[in-house]
Amino acid sequence: MSQNSNHFVLPGDVISNGSSSLKQNVILEGDKLVSTTIGFTENNDGAVDVIALTGLYTSEVDDLVIGKIVSHNSLSWEVNINSSYRAMLPASDIFGKDYSPSRDDLSLKLIIGDIILARIVNSDSRRPLITINGQNLGKIDDGELIKISPAKVPRLIGKHGSMIQSIEESTGASITIGQNGWVVVSCEKTNGLLKAIMAIRMVEEQAHVVDLTDKVKKMLQSNGVE
Amino acid sequence: MGGRKTDLVLLDKNGIRCDGRKVDETRKVTIKAGVLKNASGSAYIEFGGNKILAGVFGPRDVHPKHMADPDTGILRVRYHMEPFSVGERKNPAPSRREIEISKVVKEALEPAVMLENFPRTATDVFLEILQADGGTRCAALSAASVALADAGIPMRDLVCGCAAGKAADTLILDVNNEEDQAGQADMPIGYMPNLGKITLLQLDGVLTPDEFKKCIELGVVGCKQVYEIQKKALHEKYFSNGGSS
Repeated sequence: MSQNSNHFVLPGDVISNGSSSLKQNVILEGDKLVSTTIGFTENNDGAVDVIALTGLYTSEVDDLVIGKIVSHNSLSWEVNINSSYRAMLPASDIFGKDYSPSRDDLSLKLIIGDIILARIVNSDSRRPLITINGQNLGKIDDGELIKISPAKVPRLIGKHGSMIQSIEESTGASITIGQNGWVVVSCEKTNGLLKAIMAIRMVEEQAHVVDLTDKVKKMLQSNGVE
Repeated sequence: MGGRKTDLVLLDKNGIRCDGRKVDETRKVTIKAGVLKNASGSAYIEFGGNKILAGVFGPRDVHPKHMADPDTGILRVRYHMEPFSVGERKNPAPSRREIEISKVVKEALEPAVMLENFPRTATDVFLEILQADGGTRCAALSAASVALADAGIPMRDLVCGCAAGKAADTLILDVNNEEDQAGQADMPIGYMPNLGKITLLQLDGVLTPDEFKKCIELGVVGCKQVYEIQKKALHEKYFSNGGSS
């Protein structure tokens, strides 16, 4: 993320006069391109994007998200995925095609408050549909849930995962990141856990700072885990 | 004409008002964005003697469900005065006045927020008046708009509010409590500065058509000053280098 060509914008700020295509968080008002959210502008081949710095998660197909079970009825679970809409996890996802509400009990498998890692299958229907079939997906048994802004997830991952790798290596923690801004950290050593959480908070607070990876590395080394 | 009889001198010979301001001067305004942890977005405004806290939730599921609109998201605003916000204890139950202000603030914000992107959801705005000193609806509107932006809700523009009015036969900017009680007219204005559109316009009192036009112009000038402070508040929260650490 280079800083030089980016401008910070607020809702209503004019980005430029007229442009080809409308992208994320930008609307055309008369002949002016106007930002609709707090964020910074990014040029992509002539088209201007505004990367939001705040707001809820908007679901996209194939995103991995971390969710919390909110409730269930006879056919599906309702999952909070930090979006405007609750996601739906169908019961047949766990019990298989021959699921029957009279025989199988949903509350035996996942109860309210459980944290799951899931993949978004469909997001254009009424509610985003998620699945927990797949590698590493499913219930997360232990760890600490941390909530950051969904806009800062790419920063936490870093270029080719550089940021998250350096945090994991120096703290010994394992970190699961959901695209929706929810992160689960687990570590056997309390010290490492606290350290990793501190690093994640630091990334969230200073997401727009240049050379953040180095800064975080320094912080982690300054009093490393014994 | 108009106004309550009082011994208070609203405007002295030198053109100085009862609280020491000039006729075209607003009170001191400070805004802080993101003051509440549990709300999606929040703001705190001090507008002269007014102290107002705004919290925003959503867009989220609508309860009760029958209020949900399949075509667009809905905006709900609750303007509420604390019992200790005025001199005499105010009954905390919503009064006729509070219901009216909730409605006009909601309608002043609606042109700015783009809730059509969130069908079947509700966005709730809570405005708590901690201390009232005249012109709360304008201050509350300004705070609500900052809180909505802080919550990341897509908006065409920020909305800023400021009142203009008439006291001692002179047009004045940003009417305070005394001038509202004893003055001749009070005109709260909500304004979208980049789009140049007025979203709230009320008038309590009597103005000539000529004064009416001048009063709007004066109010818009005040709104633009509030807008600069709104921008500053959001810049401080999001773009001050190094974050909050």
